[in-house]
Amino acid sequence: MKKSGIVSYGSYIPRYRIKPDEIARVWGEDPENIKNGIYILSKSVPSPDEDVATISVEASRNAIKRGKINPSDIGAIYIGSESHPYAVKPTATIVSSAIGANFPLFAADYEFACKAGTAGIQNVKAMVDSGMIKYGMAIGSDTSQGAPGDVLEYSASAGGTAMILGNENVIAEINHTLSVTSDTPDFWRREGEPYPTHGERFTGEPAYFKHTISASRMMMESVGMKPQDYDFAVFHQPNGKFPTRAAKILGFTEKQYKDGLLTPFIGNTYSGSMMTGLSAILDIAKPGDRILAVSFGSGAGSDAFDLTVTDEIMKMDRESAPTIKRMLADVTWLDYALYAKFKKKIIFGDAIE
Amino acid sequence: MGELSRMWRETDHRYRMVGEKCGNCGKVYFPPRDICPTCHRDSIGKMNNVEMSGNGVVVSFTIVHDAPPAFSRQRPYILAIIKLDDGPTLTGQIVDTTPSEIDIGTRVRSVFRKISEDGHSGVIHYGYKFVKDQ
Ligand SMILES: [Zn+2]
Repeated sequence: MKKSGIVSYGSYIPRYRIKPDEIARVWGEDPENIKNGIYILSKSVPSPDEDVATISVEASRNAIKRGKINPSDIGAIYIGSESHPYAVKPTATIVSSAIGANFPLFAADYEFACKAGTAGIQNVKAMVDSGMIKYGMAIGSDTSQGAPGDVLEYSASAGGTAMILGNENVIAEINHTLSVTSDTPDFWRREGEPYPTHGERFTGEPAYFKHTISASRMMMESVGMKPQDYDFAVFHQPNGKFPTRAAKILGFTEKQYKDGLLTPFIGNTYSGSMMTGLSAILDIAKPGDRILAVSFGSGAGSDAFDLTVTDEIMKMDRESAPTIKRMLADVTWLDYALYAKFKKKIIFGDAIE
Repeated sequence: MGELSRMWRETDHRYRMVGEKCGNCGKVYFPPRDICPTCHRDSIGKMNNVEMSGNGVVVSFTIVHDAPPAFSRQRPYILAIIKLDDGPTLTGQIVDTTPSEIDIGTRVRSVFRKISEDGHSGVIHYGYKFVKDQ
């Protein structure tokens, strides 16, 4: 059996950005504290007419364009997010229609905090391997919210990435994938609540680090790799500090993790976070490059992937869809007032909107 | 429910810019038409679905200051007449830019955006808008 993996990929990051200085100015905090504390220099903000459906569609279209994929060959679409526009009515239905997928189609929305998109990757990989589908698309996308004045407001951002998997014309083979899962109360949002809650003392060690590091070590052990054998490593990025620390604990160097580390510039795109970091790596990777990619979802769990970039990547015109570098360069800055209006932190009456 | 079913029928047109091409004279229509206004009867059964590229050029534009409720967070917004490379001319909103960035001749491309919401509990309508092609 041919090894399955990523056939194409595409991302979308809204063009609007806000700096921590601007948020700190409003809430009377020291911006240097924030910048040094969580290492976020700016974050993306969606336009008022953008949501997880529109971001997912744009990312999917970029993946389809870059891989010259016929949408009717896509047999499954799974979308991971914690900010689906509807509580009941799948985002996957909107995306399938917007890309022109066939009526016979496996589809669902997933939720596992920030790792629902990578759970989708595992799902479509299994479906490709079993012969159920030719291509499958997994999307991680979010327009996450942090309560005004909460520390999450500095990081919660918007963006998404779509990965198309198959076993023909594979640009990055997935050598192995595994997951760890445990019931951990580090972060949650109840139905109907606009903003999430974090269990302060659980967010670091017992949640992010335990799961990310365990999954990474288990993966390296099962494929017989050491940190120095990898060309790139990318982790879930709730802020700029956590993934950097996890990488160092595991024994990775800055050279290996810097290209996939996007949170300092775009903030935490939640379900889109690790997948968008992987997208930035695929933008520049060479045949033979080995990648360790590990997501984390609060609640909690981690999905780990070991990938090898193939010769096929040289046949792909990676510039035929917007690269991450391009999306990082082309931005419009917002002040807090415009940001509050965009993010609906200012609520109008029903008569007005 | 009338509005909801009309929107639903127009999904291909709104989501993917699917127009119609006359199999008799080759003219492309967007929004789609059942019969070619030039060929009339000769076009019956020959109108074929065709997806627009979404790329085009601004022919004319206006800045809307007196925005309807659904656009109150986007005020003022840009409404333009766009000539698609595919042939048809249509009216569309240009987003993610300011009026000073737009001129006659500006290249644009289509994007998928939220158009309106039927209140807090109603359906969300999506469709095409345009952004400046960088
Ligand atoms: Zn005709």
